[in-house]
Amino acid sequence: MTNSFEDYLNTDLFFVIGSNPTEAHPMAGAKIMSSVMSGKSKLIVADPRRIELAEKADIWLQLRPGTDIPLLNGLMHIIIKEGLHDQKFIEERTEGFEALKATVEKYTPARVSEMTGVPENLLYDAARLYATTAKAMLCYTLGITEHICGVDNVMSTANIAMLTGHLGKEGCGVNPQRGQNNVQGACDMGALPNVYSGYQAVVNPDIQAKFEKAWGVKLDNKLGLTIPDMMDAAVEGKLKAMFVLGEDPVLTDPDANHIKKALTKMDFVVAQEIFMSETAKYADVILPGASFAEKDGTFSSSERRVQRVRKAIEPIGDSRPDWWIICELAKRMGYDKMNYESPRQIWDEMASLSPIFAGINYDRIEHTGLQWPCPTVEHPGTPVLHTQSFSRGKGLFKAIEHTPPAEMPDEEYPYLLSTGRILYHYNITTRYSSALDAHRPEEAAMIHPADAATLGVCTGEKVRVTSRRGSVVTKVNVTDKVMSGMIWMSFHYKETPTNELTVNAFDPVSKTGEYKVAAVQLEKVV
Amino acid sequence: MPTVTLTIDGQQVTVPKGTTVLEAAWKAGSFVPTFCHDPELTKPGACRICVVEIKGARNLPASCVTAAAEGMIVETASPAVIDARKTILELMLDNHPEDCLTCHQAGDCKLQDYAYFYNVKPGAFGGECKNYEIEDDNLFIVRNMNKCILCGKCLRACEEKQGRAVIDFAYRGFRTKVATALDKPLADSVCVSCGTCVSVCPTGALTEKAMLGSARKWEVQKVRTTCPFCGVGCNFDLNVKGGKVIGVTSNAAAPANGRDLCVKGRFGTDYVHSPKRLTKPLIKKNGEFVESTWDEALDLVASKFGEIKTKFGSDSIAALSSARCTNEDNYVMQKFMRAVIGTNNVDHCART
Repeated sequence: MTNSFEDYLNTDLFFVIGSNPTEAHPMAGAKIMSSVMSGKSKLIVADPRRIELAEKADIWLQLRPGTDIPLLNGLMHIIIKEGLHDQKFIEERTEGFEALKATVEKYTPARVSEMTGVPENLLYDAARLYATTAKAMLCYTLGITEHICGVDNVMSTANIAMLTGHLGKEGCGVNPQRGQNNVQGACDMGALPNVYSGYQAVVNPDIQAKFEKAWGVKLDNKLGLTIPDMMDAAVEGKLKAMFVLGEDPVLTDPDANHIKKALTKMDFVVAQEIFMSETAKYADVILPGASFAEKDGTFSSSERRVQRVRKAIEPIGDSRPDWWIICELAKRMGYDKMNYESPRQIWDEMASLSPIFAGINYDRIEHTGLQWPCPTVEHPGTPVLHTQSFSRGKGLFKAIEHTPPAEMPDEEYPYLLSTGRILYHYNITTRYSSALDAHRPEEAAMIHPADAATLGVCTGEKVRVTSRRGSVVTKVNVTDKVMSGMIWMSFHYKETPTNELTVNAFDPVSKTGEYKVAAVQLEKVV
Repeated sequence: MPTVTLTIDGQQVTVPKGTTVLEAAWKAGSFVPTFCHDPELTKPGACRICVVEIKGARNLPASCVTAAAEGMIVETASPAVIDARKTILELMLDNHPEDCLTCHQAGDCKLQDYAYFYNVKPGAFGGECKNYEIEDDNLFIVRNMNKCILCGKCLRACEEKQGRAVIDFAYRGFRTKVATALDKPLADSVCVSCGTCVSVCPTGALTEKAMLGSARKWEVQKVRTTCPFCGVGCNFDLNVKGGKVIGVTSNAAAPANGRDLCVKGRFGTDYVHSPKRLTKPLIKKNGEFVESTWDEALDLVASKFGEIKTKFGSDSIAALSSARCTNEDNYVMQKFMRAVIGTNNVDHCART
């Protein structure tokens, strides 16, 4: 996030696109809901579903799944046509405006309305409201990123924010609410194939030399594999072993059958887990990790805030903290520079090697945490990014054309499947919470009343959902919150493994899977 | 910033203009009790327990809704003030169950604290007492409206902090009650069980269902931590007794969320003690998982990784790190892969 959650209270307009925060990020959602309810802020929602925020919105743009780029281009077309763009910001802080202008010129309201299904008058209303509200904040989540054009979608959100000067200021910004508790931190720590901690490139010889000196070993300077590439390499027999820490790709990665094939093919799989996950079942060795309540450490939230995790109880049974297990393996493989006594020591080593975290230590984050970049121990942290300049200096407009989803409904697979999270579950862990699981024990796929009538099903009855990759049975919830022709499912239930259906197609840059669009057929199960 | 100077209990205090007499009194170190006041919510001035005596005023004003003014002379504990507060408490206690012995909130209850402080006992008025059925129809929150003192913090928090307004005052006079639309059970309402109402309730009217009967308030050790679910980064206190997490309570100092939480953060951490937790290293032998010692499991993994590295090269091994684990866990995982295995094949679900 360029801005902070506290800043949600300062904005006058939320533009929420591809995000369902009242369910997936409830405390962000609550801030939006209460701000709108009190009359402090207005709200534009762009979402194919009538999510809770859509019901509270001043303007709801019910776009067809996978048409975010035409929608945003169309809004920018109107903003430029009506002279509502921020000329001063564009001149001082950005480059590439002419190319953007030439591209969005082609996205006329009539054409965009046809592509997205959003009425023209709402396009005008939304464009004018966003452009003319001084403090306007754009929030997005996986509805933007989980497409084969996810990166282009993200850049489009940056385009419209730069076009209207809604960046680098309080109450503004482009704010992706991150999925997991520590997905920000896992990136920050270098659990990525291209960077060390603090986003330091593995291909940079100076960086490589720095880490080689600190770690006392020779390091590899070529990029590693991303998850989809790892799975492909495993299926092809090139990857022989995998170490899976606290992740369940069989249930949560797209095209689950491909993942299962990959795990079966490898010679040796180690799972470090707190539960017998669907992935752990494929392991040769399972190492029992300790939960968040049983270990010290830190998480980094969406707003780049590093906060303490504190040990409240002893590890359950004979489980051990994850860092301890990994360090123990290192020791047994003959490496002697991972002999840490505490997570604090690990943090300090990381911070000493990573300039953006250099000023953060456990003493400083005892009470409220700190938001990176925080380069020195005197630095107060950074609640708002890009106030003076962008990471690359000037913000670069990218002229972006529409990319349709990899697989769209056709005669054989006539329905569009989209997926996401529900309020009462968090990925797979909450199934082990007795109250939460009792409250929402099974999948309830959302389908439109017209489709339900065609299929002859009522709420609580079952359908078989089949894609080119797999087939699952689910109960349905008949509701007009989804559009006709669409089915919406969560991915929390191993009894209804939705990701056996999703498409094995990824954004070429980010390698993010297209969880939001797949073609399926539906039939009633008697 | 313009300021005003006033005298509270004989002591001069200077505060920014717009400060309430209550806040000024607290700043001066005076004790003033409150029920309906909450620094983060609108101020109804409803319960009157915070009344003070202000020289020249015709009555005893509620200090929480009275602005401090230049030259004001305030008494927070004059005989008239104490008398008024005692009467309010007597009225409340005579319409309140006398079950502090078994009440979950005992030890963390404002009504109990003030009754003790002012030495007020039930029985001054007698008369009719509320007699509602205890509502425990939903999985998360128990509502005992017999213990409700109608401070209204729950309904203001629901509206002003969560933006929902699921509950409001219903009925009139003695029958006034905090209720959902049409006075239906919570389970049949649009309530999303975030429990923010529970976090602001000053008595035992609203309690976390899972924690009932599990510990007295003074036995609980609170450990502040960060929520393990979504990426908002809410902080809360794990409530621990006897080496076991018994539940979660809010911590007002949490930067992203204050006292607000969602249903998962407040009520979902019991997974930690799920009987399905893995508690021993497991090694697959003939297709079945068999329990092993740590030494056996770690040595096996170390030797297998070593063999595969030697035979097929470092890049034949890959790791999925975890967006659910700590920064420190992730740092050591990528260091292990890069420094020990010798590959950059480390990724996590940020992209999928």
